[in-house]
Amino acid sequence: MHMADALLSPAVAATMYVASGAVAGVSIHKLKKDDEPRKLPVMAVTAALVFAGQMINYTIPGTGSSGHMCGGMLLSALLGPQAGFLSMIVILAIQCLFFADGGLLALGANVWNMAFYGCFVGYYLIWRPIVKSSLFGEGKPAMRARIALASVLGCIITLQLGAFSVVLETSLSGITELPFGTFVALMQPIHLAIGLVEGLITTAVLLFVYESRPELLMDVEAEADGSKRSLKAVVAVLAVVALLVGGGLSLLASSNPDGLEWALFGNAEEGYAENMGLDEEAYGVESAAADTAEAIQEKTAFLPDYAFADSDSAVGTSVSGIVGSAMVAGVAVLICLAGGFFRKKMTET
Amino acid sequence: MNKMEKALYELSEMDELAARSSPIHRLHPAAKLLSTIAYIVVTVSFDKYDLSGLVPMLLWPVLLFQLSGIPVRTCFYKLRIVLPLVMAVGLFNPLFDRRIVLQLGTLAVSGGVISMLTLMLKGLLCLMASFLLMATTPIDKLCAALRMWHVPKLLVTLLLLTYRYVGVMTGELAVMTEAYHLRAPGQKGIHISAWGSFLGQLLLRSMDRAQELYASMLLRGYHEHFHYAPVRPFALKDALYAALSISAFLLLRYVHVAALLGKVIVR
Repeated sequence: MHMADALLSPAVAATMYVASGAVAGVSIHKLKKDDEPRKLPVMAVTAALVFAGQMINYTIPGTGSSGHMCGGMLLSALLGPQAGFLSMIVILAIQCLFFADGGLLALGANVWNMAFYGCFVGYYLIWRPIVKSSLFGEGKPAMRARIALASVLGCIITLQLGAFSVVLETSLSGITELPFGTFVALMQPIHLAIGLVEGLITTAVLLFVYESRPELLMDVEAEADGSKRSLKAVVAVLAVVALLVGGGLSLLASSNPDGLEWALFGNAEEGYAENMGLDEEAYGVESAAADTAEAIQEKTAFLPDYAFADSDSAVGTSVSGIVGSAMVAGVAVLICLAGGFFRKKMTET
Repeated sequence: MNKMEKALYELSEMDELAARSSPIHRLHPAAKLLSTIAYIVVTVSFDKYDLSGLVPMLLWPVLLFQLSGIPVRTCFYKLRIVLPLVMAVGLFNPLFDRRIVLQLGTLAVSGGVISMLTLMLKGLLCLMASFLLMATTPIDKLCAALRMWHVPKLLVTLLLLTYRYVGVMTGELAVMTEAYHLRAPGQKGIHISAWGSFLGQLLLRSMDRAQELYASMLLRGYHEHFHYAPVRPFALKDALYAALSISAFLLLRYVHVAALLGKVIVR
């Protein structure tokens, strides 16, 4: 879900930087006020662990495929939303700087899509309400069930929000010709499945922490020992429930393939891209969201990236442009040759 | 080599590149950071059909690769993960935008093809720019530059500490997965019975270690901030580098260099 620089226009990227920066500022302020800088090494170690832990493949039973865990939920459950958010920023920054995973300009958007939803929405709207509630009754088994429910729900919902944001940001930037509705219909079901798997793995890790060191989890009080159910059983039961729910949801989500077909074939037959604009009559899916997006797009239409090139003079695809590009390539080769020549001389002397 | 060892190798490779010496390496990190960000913003701001306008932007990374002596191959090795993703989004452009914008003899080029190529080139250029920044600037110097720009202390220290621990943790997990796979031959990943305990064990031990680490940091006089390795003051040549590169980007953005060059030959 890491977005590359090329998928964003500068205006959208800057907006996302401002949004993520503001949340980071508030988080830092809150941590300082609560005298939490002492959490710093714990944050760093946990962040590094999540970074490395995302590279582990977990086999999904019966499918032969594998998944990895959901960083945002795990971090906010262990460190709290503010510290978790900052840790996620750092993870994303290292991924972007050293592994080319997501761009430097797109960092603001990536932080928003993956850290904000996972940490703040995941914690305040899902983790805390569920874990603090008296759902499933009293005692340890109930708490285990609550942790599992919160992790799975949290991962699914926050990943859905993130995927939707990716679509929204790319569409607002005017990068892809893929119609908004089609793009959404492609992204959401895929991330539903991913979210489910991530949720189950996160559940397994958090339940393990709860079994051995419950005081490390946010909002979870260590309770008197109740009947002990095996971790495997809890995960297995949860997997079945989640698969049922997930299967049902993805059936619902994929019940509109006609929108996709229309977009892919109907449009191609026309030979024109004029339906690429958000024509809400043509596909009933996401029409409310599409309306809003269209309104926003109209406001941001001054962006160079969104403007359709009607006149060829603006396109720059004239013959002179091509010849010039070839010349630029020639200059580039010359620079390389010169660089090689001078370096050779330097090493000789 | 498993996935984690590969990641470790890539990290140390970047560290080694950044530790080299060249005119670019010796520039002030803040100047490099500023010009890199300006480059990416300008590159991304090109119109999606302006392929030939974008091509001259290639000159800057080419120049930097030559001046810094960083191998281009390392950069392209990193591209292997990212470029397919960028392409996947751009891949639909030729399907939806079939307006013919260019006729090259008998070959008709549609707007979608142009915009797909532009998108791919943009992705390539931005990636090269950030790669060059990291390959010529060690992380501690970059953090010092970020502090110079008043990025909050907490965040910068966290970045530095996390970067340090990423190496430690990745190494630890590489050993763990290796051991696990030796005991479970032929198994693709971690079995469901070990999902929680595999990472959980390490998590608990590491969190305890982090607490002890903090205690020892305090005992050695740590007081909410690190003293960074002194970065030399921002000199005239750094300012010159930043100013020159940024004005070059703006020139390339507003003057269609490729078209001008082409007009010299073609009427």
